[in-house]
Amino acid sequence: MEVTFKVYRFNPEFDDKPHYDEYKLEMGEDSVILDALNKIKWEIDGSLSYRRSCRHGICGSCAIKLNGKNVLACKTPIKEAVEQFGNVLIVEPLSKKKEKVIKDLVIDKKDFWDKNAKVKPYLIAEIDEHPTSENLIPPKLVELLEDADYCIACGCCYYTCETIRGGDTEFLGPQALAKTYRFTADVRDEAKKERLELVNELGIGVWDCVKCQGCIEVCPKGVDPFTKITHLHNQIFEEGVAKKNVATKHAEGFVHSIKKHGILDEGMLVLYSEGVNVVRHLPEAIAMFAKGKIKLPWQMPKSKGLDEIQKLIEISQTHELKD
Amino acid sequence: MKYALYTGCTAKESTPELLKSTLEVAKVLGIEIEILEEASCCGASHLQDFDEFLAYVLNARNICLAEKRGLKLVTLCNTCQLMLENTKRKLDSDEEFREKVNEKLKEVGYEYKGTSKVQHFLYAILEDIGLEEISKHVKKPLNSKVAPFYGCHIIRPSKTHDGDNLNENPYKPDAIESLIKVLLGVPVDYESKIKCCGFHVDLQNTELSENLTANALLDANENGAEMIVTPCPLCHLNLDVKQKAAAKKVNKNLKMPVLHLPQLLGLAFGIDKEKLGLNHHIIPL
Repeated sequence: MEVTFKVYRFNPEFDDKPHYDEYKLEMGEDSVILDALNKIKWEIDGSLSYRRSCRHGICGSCAIKLNGKNVLACKTPIKEAVEQFGNVLIVEPLSKKKEKVIKDLVIDKKDFWDKNAKVKPYLIAEIDEHPTSENLIPPKLVELLEDADYCIACGCCYYTCETIRGGDTEFLGPQALAKTYRFTADVRDEAKKERLELVNELGIGVWDCVKCQGCIEVCPKGVDPFTKITHLHNQIFEEGVAKKNVATKHAEGFVHSIKKHGILDEGMLVLYSEGVNVVRHLPEAIAMFAKGKIKLPWQMPKSKGLDEIQKLIEISQTHELKD
Repeated sequence: MKYALYTGCTAKESTPELLKSTLEVAKVLGIEIEILEEASCCGASHLQDFDEFLAYVLNARNICLAEKRGLKLVTLCNTCQLMLENTKRKLDSDEEFREKVNEKLKEVGYEYKGTSKVQHFLYAILEDIGLEEISKHVKKPLNSKVAPFYGCHIIRPSKTHDGDNLNENPYKPDAIESLIKVLLGVPVDYESKIKCCGFHVDLQNTELSENLTANALLDANENGAEMIVTPCPLCHLNLDVKQKAAAKKVNKNLKMPVLHLPQLLGLAFGIDKEKLGLNHHIIPL
């Protein structure tokens, strides 16, 4: 199978800007992307830099961007990639931000590791220093972790996250948040409240997830960080640590609005979420009104199934609204 | 061909032109529409943050409304599509959970059976009508460079949409491009077409939302687009209504018309611009 690899090259010590080198390679039917990188380095150009270690999808070192998708080079069959993208494969570092690229496909992941450390990614509990038996928990309680412990911290999700791409440098990102959930869902951990309080902050925490689903798409271990973020949202409400802010009010506001109309009252939802701060939307609101894009309270449609919807909310709501 | 149309809230409020143009285009394509007027909001990916179970129950009922009619449930909004499809996948794959949800639904006279397909209008017409048939209705070729903007929730996560969106590759989608081509327009290829517009954090992190919106608009503009088309009314709101604010933030003067997918079809079908609701846009075409 002949495949063309367009590989991102950039050595900040010598290059003003990055370029791509092309390599036409004959690859075996069962080769993976890492085999191609090794072939380039060992047989064609020894100066190519990339990270690699275990070769078994466990260490996460060889994470790269392949035709826009973050993958583990060692876990991605070339045949599958060709079926998905055609036989020109573009290999790039996880982040192409100039300040992050150390050389070629190797990037500085300090921001990622700092955030991982910030969530204290280890079990916090008072334990017997000389236990006489293992600290066992039943399988049903392990299931609560929802495979969050499969995370290998490769960074695929973090460097595809649209909140991070949008320039929110404080946001902890999907990996650190999934890691937080890994411990808030563990009945042995004693720092649940402290962990939830950390991620309950606007900016750094769960509320600034843009919900793009990119982290689910790229995770090579099926961790599904987005669902863990949703479950952290739920835990924040369930454990009563939710602060009143625009994001928590927004989530609660949906229940109020659906109760009242069956569908959303978009205008009132924004007012409910923002309070007096809603005035900042005035220029847009005026423009929308002029174009017939705003429903006034007396024009607000209601669902024809409102009684049923209200009854379902009454019997299905799992916890109470604060106000 | 008959669809149970789940309009979502936005098409009834801030983007009335979406519903208008969908109904016009459906007429041309010979699709009969039954609007699910009894439906509730899907929760738009925020209700689930407060109460995930409640979001599942309400969406299960929404799907039941189409099941009762024996019709495919067709959506007009990416986020509605994801919420409903997520619910369907969960209920179809988890019997214990389906029973829990059905216990609640029984109280209001429903039972979720899983008999209705849940599909976005974009993929429904591609599957049921087909490109060849659509091309027969083109009366006014687009003759324009059109940038598709997919929006997140219609392409990701692909495991949820598998099959229902005709096995689209979320990194190399081509459904909208294929439509632009049969409408005799030129699809613009640009990196941001599969990126996020920032809608879902607009209230709590406006700066981030505007950055993402501006990135997409600038990228489309720099790649020669004369207009953007999107299958998502939420993306439309950010790209059209918030365009001025986003452009100002990056010191640019942008005037990029942003069309809903049915509006683009309607233009090529020769439907009057007012009937397509183009007068509702902040940035005029």
